[in-house]
Formats: sequence, C-alpha cells, structure tokens
Amino acid sequence: MATTYDYDEAPATYDEGRHQDLGYDPNFVPDSVKSFVVHLYRHIREKNVYEIHQMYEISFQTLSDRLFKDTPWPSVDAVAHYVDNDQVFCLLYREMWFRHLYARLSPTLKQRIDSWDNYCSLFQVVLHRVVNMQLPNQWLWDMVDEFVYQFQSFCQYRAKMKNKTEQEIALLRQYDQAWNVYGVLNYLQAFVEKSNIIQILEQEKEGLEQFTATDGYDYSGGSNVLKVLGYFSMVGLLRVHCLLGDYQTGLKCLLPIDISQQGVYTSVIGSHIATIYHYGFANLMLRRYVEAIREFNKMLLYIYKTKQYHQKSPQYEQILKKNEQMYALLAICLSLCPQVKLVDETVNSQLREKYGEKMARMQRYDDEAFVIYDELFSYACPKFITPSAPSFEEPLVNYNQDAYRLQLKLFLYEVKQQQLLSGVRTFLKVYSTISLGKLANYMEVDEPTLRTILLTDKHKTHAVDSDGKIISNADVDFYIDDDMIHVVESKPVKRYGDYFLRQIVKLEGVINDMDRIKLE
Amino acid sequence: MVRERETPKQQQQVSYTVEQLVAVNPYNPDILPDLENYVNEQVSSQTYSLDANLCLLRLYQFEPERMSTQIVARILVKACLSSSLYLFRIMYQLVSRLGYVIPNASFSFFPPAFLQALMAMPAPDFSLCLFLIPERVQMEEQFKTLIVLSHYLETGRFRQFWDEAAKNRHIVEAVPGFEQAIQTYAIHVLSLTYQKIPRPVLAEAINIEGLSLDKFLEHQAANSGWILEKGHGRGQLIVLPRNEFNHPELKKSAADSVPLEHITRIFPILG
Repeated sequence: MATTYDYDEAPATYDEGRHQDLGYDPNFVPDSVKSFVVHLYRHIREKNVYEIHQMYEISFQTLSDRLFKDTPWPSVDAVAHYVDNDQVFCLLYREMWFRHLYARLSPTLKQRIDSWDNYCSLFQVVLHRVVNMQLPNQWLWDMVDEFVYQFQSFCQYRAKMKNKTEQEIALLRQYDQAWNVYGVLNYLQAFVEKSNIIQILEQEKEGLEQFTATDGYDYSGGSNVLKVLGYFSMVGLLRVHCLLGDYQTGLKCLLPIDISQQGVYTSVIGSHIATIYHYGFANLMLRRYVEAIREFNKMLLYIYKTKQYHQKSPQYEQILKKNEQMYALLAICLSLCPQVKLVDETVNSQLREKYGEKMARMQRYDDEAFVIYDELFSYACPKFITPSAPSFEEPLVNYNQDAYRLQLKLFLYEVKQQQLLSGVRTFLKVYSTISLGKLANYMEVDEPTLRTILLTDKHKTHAVDSDGKIISNADVDFYIDDDMIHVVESKPVKRYGDYFLRQIVKLEGVINDMDRIKLE
Repeated sequence: MVRERETPKQQQQVSYTVEQLVAVNPYNPDILPDLENYVNEQVSSQTYSLDANLCLLRLYQFEPERMSTQIVARILVKACLSSSLYLFRIMYQLVSRLGYVIPNASFSFFPPAFLQALMAMPAPDFSLCLFLIPERVQMEEQFKTLIVLSHYLETGRFRQFWDEAAKNRHIVEAVPGFEQAIQTYAIHVLSLTYQKIPRPVLAEAINIEGLSLDKFLEHQAANSGWILEKGHGRGQLIVLPRNEFNHPELKKSAADSVPLEHITRIFPILG
C-alpha cells in the first residue's frame, strides 16, 4: 500500500475509557480524523482514485473500529474547516457519517430525516451542477445501496406505529416528504436519465463508446460520478421494485444491463450480488424458474470461488448472508422445477449439505412441506415494504408485516397450485406410455382430475420471457393421445461446442505464454 | 374464436400515446386519471396494456386513498383474459413483421410455423397484479370471486371455471369478449397437451356443446387444420394441430448448435 497517509502509526490521542465517562462530544476531532479528512479531501481533488479507494475502504473502517465503535463520527461542522468548507466534500462526509451511524447505532427519526436531506442536497449537486470528481465504484455503489437501504429502513420504522411518541408522530407529519416513495424513485430515475447511461451502453455495443472496458472510469479528465450513479441506479430501481412486489417493472429497469456478461455491476461484489439476488428473486416470483436457477447457480459458484478474497472486506458478513439466502431460493426453485442439471457440481453439493433434507421434505407437498416453503421464503425474501404513509387519524396499528405477509401468501398460493405436479412427474419419469386410467389409479385421483393436473403441468412449465421468447421449465415432456399419455425423456444436452471453444481459448493462452518465455 | 381484432392499427396508436406517457412518467402521480380512463378504454375496445395497468396499480399502492376498487377489478378481469390477448399480440407482431395482411380472421390464417412459436404460456399477469393489491382489498367479495376464477384457469379446471363464471354474470358480462378469450386460452393449453382429444373433454373446457359444438368443430376443421376422427366406440376424437409441445420430436435439437456469442470468443484467435 503506497499511501502517504499514516494515521495508523499516529499515537492514540483518544482514550476510549475517558470518552465513555464524558459521553459523546460531536465537536471533538481526534488527530487521526483530522488527518483522514485532510488526506481524503486532497486525494479527491487530485482525482487519485486508488488512494481514495484505500482510504474509503480501509482507513474509514479501521478508524471506525478503533474510535467510533458505538459513537458517531465527529460532526461535519467540526471537520469542515479542515477541508476549506468544501460543500461537496462536506456532503460526502455526512453521507459516510450517516452510513456509519445506521450500521452501528440506531438512528433517531430526526437523524433519518437529516440523512434524507443530505442525500437530496448531494444528489441535487450531482444532477444539476458539473461535478469534477472521480470516485471509486465501490463508493458510488454504496451510495445507491445505502440510499435504498435507508428508504427501506424508514418504511419499516414508520410502519411500526404502535410505540410512536407524540413527538415522533408530529415530526412524521411535518416532514412527510422525507423518504417519500416518489422522491426515492424519481432520484434513481433521474440518475438513469440524466447520465444517458442507457444510450451509452447501447453505443458501447457498436464500439462508439467506452464504459465497461474502463469499469466506468473516465480517463480523459472527466468525471465518472453521474454515469456510474446512473448505472447503479438501475440496480437500485430493480431492488426498490422488488421491495414493492413489482417484479415485472423491476426486471424492466435492469434490462439495459446485460447480465449474461461481465459488466460494471460485477466490478463491485456488493452490486454483483444485489443484482443477481434481486434478478433471481423476481424471476422466481414470475415463475421463470430456469432463469432464476441459472443465475443463482452462477453467482453461488462465483462466491464459492472468490470468498476468501473478501474475508477482510466490511461487506463480508453481508456476502455470506446473501450467499445463504440464495441457496435457500435455489432450493425453492429446484423443488418447484427439478432442473438439477443446470446446477454446477460444487453448488449442488453445497446445496445438498445445507438443504438436502429439507428439499426431500418439500417434495412431499403435505402441510409439513408448506411449512418449509414458508420458512425458506421468509428467510430469503427481500424486506418488503409498504410505501404509503400511515393514516394518523385511525387507531395506530403496526403494519410493517403487511407487505411481507401478502407476498408470502401469494407465493404459497402458487406452491399450492403446483401441489400435485411433483407427484405426477415422478410417475411420468418411469413410463414411456401409460393410460390415463392407470395413472389416475396410481395417484388416487379420478380421471378428470388427472387431466387437470396434466394441463396445469403444461401451463406452469411454459413461460414467456421478457423478449416474448418461449422458455420451457419442463424436465419431463409428454403429450396425450386420446387417453394414452406418451412420455418423452428429455436427455441432458451436452454442450460440446462451448467446451471446445473454451479449450481453444485456453490453449491459445498457454501457447502465448510459452512464446513469451525466453530460454537462455 | 378470437374477436379482439377490429382494427389493430388504431389499437396500436391508442396504446402508443398512453404507454409513452407511462414511459416518460413512470413515477408521476399526475397521470393517474389518464391511466384510469385508459383502463376503461381497454375494457370497451378490447385492448390491453400490462405496463400501463401495473403503473396504475403502483400509483394506487403509493397513495391508497386514491384507489378505486372498481378500476382495480377491471384490471384484474383484463389480466385474467390477458392470455388470449397476448397470443393475439404476439401473433400480430410476427405476422406484420413478415408483411402478411391480417385478414378478418381466426387462427386459421396463420401459417403453422407461427402457431408453433405461439404455443407457450403467457406471463402470469394476474399474479403480477395481485402482488400490488393490498390484502384487505383482496378480501372484498368481488376480488375473492376473481381470484377463484383465476385459480381455476391456472389449474386447468375449466368445468369449475365455467360454473363459477355462470354464478357471477355481472362480473363476466362487464367485459366484452370474456367468453371468447377464455375459449382461446383453453384451446391453447389443450393444444400444448393433446395430440388427440376426446370430444367431451374439449366440450367441457370450452363450454360449448351439442349443435353449437358441431358448428364450431366444422369451422375449426375448415380453417385451423383440426381433424375430426371416429374414436374407438366412444364417439369423436379431435386431432389438434401439431406443435413442438404436443409433438416433442419437432423440438429443435439445441445439442449441435453453437450460439454466435460463444464463437465470438475465438474471433481474435481466428483473426
């Protein structure tokens, strides 16, 4: 680490024991903090992305761990004069200040409102003035991520009306624009539009523009802030729409990003995971199980292979949590649509270890199976929100669970509709032809019911994707001829083409490496 | 069978303006009245726009005090019928892309190749809408009925569906084209599943019997390539047109094809 910045060696000027007694003084600025802001400010002015990133990712965390474990950072007013009272820097500092507060303490209502105001001021600057900064993708992603998180957190907080004090209710009424859902969505949308990111991505396909190749950074002296915020805002919109239960619209917002390829969204692990988690979840709710399975599989494999590099990252815990949640969602998808051949061996063995026993029980489709669907869904779903403000006139009730309960109910309803399908598939797999009467007998239902089950299977296993293309989720193909069912075994397709192409590229790489070696 | 065609051109123009409104103002409460009018327009003109309706449900979700349950009910009925409207729209796109003239028509005028492409289930619009409607609203009687109706459609229980629909004429009759749309959908699911279907099973699914069914079958035989066969002793069998879902052998084998994006990986080497 080539940083000139050496707060680590600086003698500790702040005695934690003493501060406990005196309480928190928002105006006290330890030397290490002073040094931190001065250096960070300088690096930002000099557009030294590498150093900014180091300070943002490492120094900020180290200082927080050492000095601000359970107190907020010094107030912005106390540090402003170290950074020429620079308005934009102060807004950025406060953004981090609030993020730290949310992560380690519980924010008061006033602080939630102040944080909203700070985001508004910061975003107004980015949207309407020329910002001449280059910030690390990690930071820009965290901004969007945190913005959506604080919105979600606010909705949850507001929905717990029962224990609100009169003062809190008065504040909620007075600041009814704070974290307003229109405001949140419109800021994200404004970033997308103002940055022209959709056009940039389009033009990049034709080679007229560079974005992905430079990870969104601008090496010709410009700023990456608006462009990259616009880019990440598409992921932010996907997430907000998932929180609202609007999966179709969410996926639509993500459409400009081609998730079959690497992109700027994969340059930050948090964004990569958030994108795929919400993309997969939305597809699960839209019954496009194959698509969900495919993307969860890729993501889980990637996390499995790269986990060790993130161990020291402040996001590590979050990565592990989302990892577990995606395994739970994968278990759900595979129980509804048993396409195990889409899942990599490594991921599959992890899955069996974690959920093997539960998945076996989910196949049974009795009440116990529903309990497990309920359990896995509740554990792995996003934190759904009710976006509207409460009615302050009515008796105050908590409604923070309403949105979650509705989504859970509708999901379990879907599971129920598919109740008998796994049974019928089990039988179909062992026959090439079987008469309706005989199968009805085995399944202990009458013939008309069996016909409806078979129709349901066809219906539920065929979906239309976002381009209007047909996707089949079926692992067993069948058709009915009068009263005879004919089953067509679907053989797993071996993709030799892909395999050979990979090997060709690999071999070429090896040959190139060998060419470069000069033998003395 | 499918009646919602009138003048497809006009239909597209109408949806263009409102859909553009939605595209430009996805999160703007001011367009709420326009969207409500548009729902009524969709009902009377037998058109359909999922995006516009989702946008309206979203605005209701943000400001529940502005919600009109009557409009919500109409959106749900349209969503129930969306299957057949989707079929029509996809078909229209396919056909117009290739320069076919749309006749005043039924399925019969479309080349079999298109039919194959269409034989997939549309997006689950009904559930998409339910995700956005608060539970207390869904508990109202008229919504309960709609949810039950949709459940029967989703699980292929057409007999129960028609019985329930008969008990609720007021809902069903409020929307022109309801019966035909459901029949289209039923035939669609049946032709995914059956090569040959016994007449009574078909009759039950599309709720047409006796002489009217004879006439209907005759029409389908003349126009849509249906073949009527004598079953062994138990009456008529109807041979439905071939598609890759009731004739899995028609499915294109993907095994020996390599997608272009994979090939592009070795372009630099080939260069």
